[in-house]
Amino acid sequence: MTFSCSARALRAAMMAGLVATALSSGAAFAQDATVKIKSFMFMPMAVTIHAGETVTWTNMDEEPHTVTSNTGLFRSGGIDGGGTYSFKFAKPGVYKYSCSIHPQMIGTITVQ
Amino acid sequence: MTHETPSRRGALKCLAYGSAGTAFALSGGVFTTFDLAEGAVPKHATPLFVQVSDSHIGFAKDANPDVAGTFRNAIDLVNAIPKRPAFVMHTGDITHLSKPEEFDTAAEIMKGLRVAEIHTVPGEHDTIDTTGQGYFERYGAASGGKGYYSFDSGGVHFVALVNVLNFKPGGLGGLGADQLTWLEADLAGRSASQPIVVFAHMPLWTIYAPWGWGTGDSDQAMSYLRRFGSVTVLNGHIHQIVQKVEGNITFHTARATAYPQPVAGMADGPGPLKVPSDQLAAMLGVTSVTAVRHARAIALDDRTLASA
Repeated sequence: MTFSCSARALRAAMMAGLVATALSSGAAFAQDATVKIKSFMFMPMAVTIHAGETVTWTNMDEEPHTVTSNTGLFRSGGIDGGGTYSFKFAKPGVYKYSCSIHPQMIGTITVQ
Repeated sequence: MTHETPSRRGALKCLAYGSAGTAFALSGGVFTTFDLAEGAVPKHATPLFVQVSDSHIGFAKDANPDVAGTFRNAIDLVNAIPKRPAFVMHTGDITHLSKPEEFDTAAEIMKGLRVAEIHTVPGEHDTIDTTGQGYFERYGAASGGKGYYSFDSGGVHFVALVNVLNFKPGGLGGLGADQLTWLEADLAGRSASQPIVVFAHMPLWTIYAPWGWGTGDSDQAMSYLRRFGSVTVLNGHIHQIVQKVEGNITFHTARATAYPQPVAGMADGPGPLKVPSDQLAAMLGVTSVTAVRHARAIALDDRTLASA
């Protein structure tokens, strides 16, 4: 009985921990978010911000990359290694983008 | 009744020159390789053309701080071939960031080529602004601004394709419906015995999809090419030699003149590969292609079950 109770308590604690981790890493309600471009990936791939906030991408590869909106709303041009690009998202929506040089690199900005 | 078989006399030989160069001889769809050091290059062979690729003018990181210098070295290599090729094809990534000054430097260096014609196809680094304005201002005239075009030289039909302007996010390079329609019409009515050489920057076969090393709609292009007896598909983009033979179609990617890249999947991504500086030259090079015109002996060896 005692064992069963403590196991349940442990499970509850673990669940709470998982939820807390998910909230802190996934949603990222940071103002003016940053995205790293490293090893041919946008990290994090999904970022959530509020309308009016700015996202800044930093290219940490030696290879140039771009941040290119699927709809043409924003287009960085070539960002060489070490370079950055910023875009201010005025309206709520889901904005998908990719690197136009390496189309396997994709990301999403969700604006609430 | 004429019975037209795909021509073996039109088979192409590919010779890859580099300081540790390997030569590829294609005979009836079978590759044989031998080192240039062995001096086995046939003396009668006049190179039909030479392919250079991925000069990345503007790159200045550790993997090669002097891409202009190695591009000049590659051009010296072309100029040193005893019999002058009819033309040079640059299969893209002429520049690193599509900057006007990078295009200017590349054009200045390419003036050193002692050939009658220089052809190009764009790489994705030449069209970073997605419209490819800088590239088309300089090299668009040959194709009426489309980028893709064809021409004949030495009895061979050459097709230059663009697969860096139809990227789909998350996918591979693409040719697009308009270009595929043009290609089908360009090849229609040609004799199946005419050798065909196809150029494009990104590989026209899937080498490694996670790194985007392929062209999403290349199968459609290959369906127009399969009936020909000798098809050679030459690409750049991956900065290393990878090849395969599929039926009568030989696929071959060229070395870069700028810097090597990792073998597919052997790094976090397809970025520049740093090698010790004394090993760099051996990983850069150009590809020379020779049409074999003389009759080849064909050995037939029939055996019965009893002769084993």
